[in-house]
Amino acid sequence: MAFFDSLKRGLERSREALNEVFYFGGDVDEDFWEELEDTLVMADMGAEISMQVTDDLRDEAARKNLTTAPQLRRALAERLERVFVEPATDIFSDTPSCVLFVGINGAGKTTTVGKIASAEAAAGKRVVIGSADTFRAAAIEQLDVWGQRAGVPVVKRDRGSDPASVCYDVLDQADRTTSDLVLIDTAGRLHTSPELMRELAKVVNVTRKRAAACQAGPMPVHVVLVIDAATGQNGLNQALEFNEALGLDGIILTKLDGTAKGGIALAVAARLKLPIYRIGVGEQVDDLQAFDAHDFARALVGE
Amino acid sequence: MFNSLSDRLNDTFERLRGKGKLTEADITSAMRDIRMALLEADVNFKVVKDFVAATKERCLEADVLESLTPAQNVVKIVLDELTELLGSTESKLVLSNRIPNVIMLVGLQGSGKTTAAAKLAYLLKKQGKSPLLAACDVYRPAAADQLATLGGEIGVPVFRGDGQHPVLIAQDAVREAVDTMRDVVIVDTAGRLQIDEQMMQEAVDIKRAVKPDQVLMVVDAMTGQDIVNVVQTFAERTDFDGVIVSKLDGDARGGGALSVRAVTGKPIKFASVGEKPDALEPFVPERMAKRILGMGDVVGIIEKAQELADAEQIEAAERMLRDGFTMNDLLTQMDQIKKMGGMKKILGMLPGGQQALRQMGGDMDESALDRNRAMIMSMTAEERMRPSIINGQRRARIARGCGLTPADVNGLMKQWGEMNKMMGKMRSMTNQMAGGKGKKGKKGKKGKGGRVRMPGMGGMDMNQLMRGMGGSAAANPFGGGGSDMDLLRQMEQQMKNKR
Repeated sequence: MAFFDSLKRGLERSREALNEVFYFGGDVDEDFWEELEDTLVMADMGAEISMQVTDDLRDEAARKNLTTAPQLRRALAERLERVFVEPATDIFSDTPSCVLFVGINGAGKTTTVGKIASAEAAAGKRVVIGSADTFRAAAIEQLDVWGQRAGVPVVKRDRGSDPASVCYDVLDQADRTTSDLVLIDTAGRLHTSPELMRELAKVVNVTRKRAAACQAGPMPVHVVLVIDAATGQNGLNQALEFNEALGLDGIILTKLDGTAKGGIALAVAARLKLPIYRIGVGEQVDDLQAFDAHDFARALVGE
Repeated sequence: MFNSLSDRLNDTFERLRGKGKLTEADITSAMRDIRMALLEADVNFKVVKDFVAATKERCLEADVLESLTPAQNVVKIVLDELTELLGSTESKLVLSNRIPNVIMLVGLQGSGKTTAAAKLAYLLKKQGKSPLLAACDVYRPAAADQLATLGGEIGVPVFRGDGQHPVLIAQDAVREAVDTMRDVVIVDTAGRLQIDEQMMQEAVDIKRAVKPDQVLMVVDAMTGQDIVNVVQTFAERTDFDGVIVSKLDGDARGGGALSVRAVTGKPIKFASVGEKPDALEPFVPERMAKRILGMGDVVGIIEKAQELADAEQIEAAERMLRDGFTMNDLLTQMDQIKKMGGMKKILGMLPGGQQALRQMGGDMDESALDRNRAMIMSMTAEERMRPSIINGQRRARIARGCGLTPADVNGLMKQWGEMNKMMGKMRSMTNQMAGGKGKKGKKGKKGKGGRVRMPGMGGMDMNQLMRGMGGSAAANPFGGGGSDMDLLRQMEQQMKNKR
């Protein structure tokens, strides 16, 4: 249960807040429901979803005559679990696979690429990294360090060069060497910049085209949005914009090891019906783990 | 920024505005909307509660409800309270007499410390200081490389030390600054979680070792409810002096910024609004609160334009008024617009500009600027000075020269014609003002009574600007052509208010 434990640690503050509601809320009265709604809002789930979840739970409580805290807690966990979407496949282990990491500045894209490269290389996959963040100072060097740690080749070009060409290069190399897994890091960008979003759309297009032409057969391309767990309601805008521009396949939630509740993941999953591929619950390589909706929901409400 | 919060409040008040008299129920319903909007803007839950309670109380006072314009009063109260919450005065970065001054940056991972460090260094350099950057993030791979690259780009030296011991690096950087005559040291530290005891202790150790004059916390504008926990711990441990809000150029409503101030009482000093090194602006609470309420940031534009103005341009503006408007002037203007961050950014700062932008699909054709530039570059010197000589033959030649069509050249000519007409209007207006009595002359503090206040924009108003740049009058959010002078007047009014 290592995963569940670290997740529980990560979500400690959310659970504490919810526990307060459940233990000290006293009788299940109007105040209880209001407080529950507030607590969900405080977990960054967003006012809309919080109200919806609370109303649903209230109906359910009335229908099934749930009155005790443990009963309600279980019902809440089940309700939250239902929001999440199961991924059809694990895009990192079902290879060959090419994954593009996108997101706003500072979400943790480069670190995530590094960690996944290390983990999958250790699991025996032949991994190659593409450094398509040609904008940020020293992004290439940062990825280089990760490449060395993981013992994985990093395909790169000079800073300022066309990111799409790096994607082409890395797929060329993957094609030549029949690699299992291609991980491409892109430059962080705010979703409000149409020019940068267009640039990224081009990067994705070039990648898809080249991947489809691989000799060993077309390589599936997945576009993954990396979101910082501390992100507030703007995370929803981010996801919507990135999804519209690129067509996202899923989400990776990082930095759940702080006191952030990561409720935004729930909001995004609910709105876009996107699966969560990985969550980051610590700084170590194996702290980036597969997402389990059941565990996440249970850890969140302290079941 | 703060887009949707403005929208929400605007909606609320649009409804209130239609009413002659407000009841308590109206106020309660308005406050519910405000509460929802603030929550969705990531303002911390408890802060929202206090804010709404205080605002509601003030709104319910008899003189508000019974005044002739209750809705406007409510708007004003919300604005005041919001400004109050953001910190009622502008707070600048104050350096002490100590040499070198030490500024230390702290924050979570990915909040933008390294970028902010470079921007801050650039700002200080522009103010005549000679900063030194200290790379104390020894954990994130290549963090020091990043700082070194950024430092190289803005021409500020970066001290890397042994690249292993943050406390030592910080200390040595201060020594290095003394040796090399740098007067400010900016210490960039590693990102750390507030619950990581070891790392928090390291920040405390660095602080103890170099005794910074200012500790600034960098906070991501997109942070959600958790920001309160984060800043509380950072305030307790590092006792920071102020905050830099980063990534405010996105559409995050930045409600977290409100919470920081409310929870810690620490002032917000800077807002980071772009990727370029000069995209660090002093944080002005009132302006920000106005922006939240959709009142636009006219003062911001004027300040930006003024910053870019130098004596040469003021002279150009004078000449323009005297001799008419040339293609060279048009070129200068377009360059100015580019320097100010492009049409989109300028438009976004104007009242109603955000809405207009959204109507246009959030995008503008900035390439029109480049096309115009190409056409002007294809003109002879004489044509540029006296565009009226450009006949059909010349148009065809210019079009060939820049690879565009004669119709494009016609468009440019039309634009120039309108500008020139504008100039005429401006001329008569400034003449009036210069001859006018007292009141208007006063604001020409620098002895340039009644002169164009926005060099580079040279008396263009947004109608003109929009038509010229987007090439489409349909995208014009500012009403018909009759309002040519309204905006300028508005801006003048704003300037006066500010004084």
